[in-house]
Amino acid sequence: MAVPAPQTLTEVPAPRRSGCPFDPAPAYEQARRAEPVSRIRLWDGTWCWLVTRHQDVRTVLRDQRFSADSSRPGFPFLSPGRRVLGTGRTSFIRQDDPEHARLRRMLTADFMVRRTEELRPRIQELADALLDTMTAHGRREADLVPEFALPLPSVVICLLLGVPYADHGFFQRLSSVMLRTASSPAEISAAQDELQAYLADLAGRRRGQPDEGILSRLAAEGELDDEEIASVGRLLLIAGHETTANMTALSVLALLRHPDQLARLRAGGPQEHKAAVEELLRYLTIVQDGVVRLATEDVSLGGTAIAAGEGVLCMLSSANRDEAAFPGEAGLDLGRDARRHLAFGFGVHQCLGQALARVELQVALGTLLSRLPELRLAVPFEEIRFRGDMLVYGVHALPVTW
Amino acid sequence: MRVAVDREKCCGAGLCVLTAGGVFDQGEEDGLVVLLVAEPPAAEAEDVREAAQGCPCGAITVEETAGQ
Ligand code: HEM
Ligand code: SF4
Repeated sequence: MAVPAPQTLTEVPAPRRSGCPFDPAPAYEQARRAEPVSRIRLWDGTWCWLVTRHQDVRTVLRDQRFSADSSRPGFPFLSPGRRVLGTGRTSFIRQDDPEHARLRRMLTADFMVRRTEELRPRIQELADALLDTMTAHGRREADLVPEFALPLPSVVICLLLGVPYADHGFFQRLSSVMLRTASSPAEISAAQDELQAYLADLAGRRRGQPDEGILSRLAAEGELDDEEIASVGRLLLIAGHETTANMTALSVLALLRHPDQLARLRAGGPQEHKAAVEELLRYLTIVQDGVVRLATEDVSLGGTAIAAGEGVLCMLSSANRDEAAFPGEAGLDLGRDARRHLAFGFGVHQCLGQALARVELQVALGTLLSRLPELRLAVPFEEIRFRGDMLVYGVHALPVTW
Repeated sequence: MRVAVDREKCCGAGLCVLTAGGVFDQGEEDGLVVLLVAEPPAAEAEDVREAAQGCPCGAITVEETAGQ
């Protein structure tokens, strides 16, 4: 490419500051203030644009001249492993309309607001059952990740898809491999194939013995073959549990570190809980490395010329800290109107599961806070291991006591 | 205020329903936006503007009419 590789940012994903694990990498924050549309160098020697402002990220993600189709030449990838994820068997998250819309619309009814609200009582029962087990026999300490944050959304997405929850050890292991930035292409490819084969086999079996789940319905509708159903299933299964799980655990930690905000949340009702979840989504932006697109035409973005064939990285975390969109207090402020946050992305790919994620988070946090009023960390904060090494941010473990 | 929705553009994320549930709904069969009230009362105007702003797909348009 004609433009010389930039010298400013040499490392993407950029490292966070060691002091505050909740803030985005300082490099992204600096870019937003100094040069909101800037160039960054990628691991493979190529470069792409880094877009950091709220308004610009919205503009790019809503403009269909920016493609999400990762099979296009020049599409930017943030690691060797993600190139495998993006060029092998992709699903509609990495396709453009009309193909993307065709597949997504087979699922929009399953994840619409009313349908997910109907699930609320089930999700509540589940949250209560998990806490019953966690606190049984006078136990006072547990790792919140495997005992609460992870199983809750995993059980729910299994239920919706018609995947046996008994297999969770299997798919959670594969999902960790796929989401780890440092996984080798071979590891990722193998994990992807294994999950694909498992789901294709399951789809085949559901043709003969249908249940109430989405896989069975897709099989019965007859528009997709087993491999296509498995690709959709893979996306839903992974997107459906890792994200909410990490958001739950990281939210708990963030609240424990902001006792004034925690007290405020405990005092609030359902409306305050809903608003708090939006603010936590904004503040934590767990899709920490942003989302990538490729310009298919020459586009001017806030005065910067982006040429056809150039890649763009939309940094959701930085956009969600943009003072122009979120004035007031810089940090976590549960009283803020955070509804315009971009934690679920923007444009036609905006998270399909967002209504479900919201209900899960509202129930998970609400139940935890009301049932365990003495909840606190069981280890010093400094010992918590953060998921800087994963596509989805969070904590690897969260030892708590109550 | 007059509201219009474009179901072709809608990606069914449901933000509009969460923001202004009295004005927007989602179709039972396809999860895509359904307009309940084309001329919402002034009390809803603020939420409707927010929903139009927030719609990820630009599927909602708002026309401000005189007197509101
Ligand atoms: C807190 C939880 C969650 C967060 C932060 C989150 C975040 C995101 C983001 C940022 C995108 C956009 C990706 C892009 O533009 O390239 C996305 C897409 C998607 N998410 Fe989520 N997600 C969450 C929960 C869920 C859940 C529970 C599901 C359940 C099924 C889900 C399913 C999907 C799917 C299918 C897509 C692709 C949509 C498309 O390409 O049209 N997500 N998510
Ligand atoms: S917010 Fe926009 S895209 Fe989402 S359901 Fe409403 S109209 Fe459709």
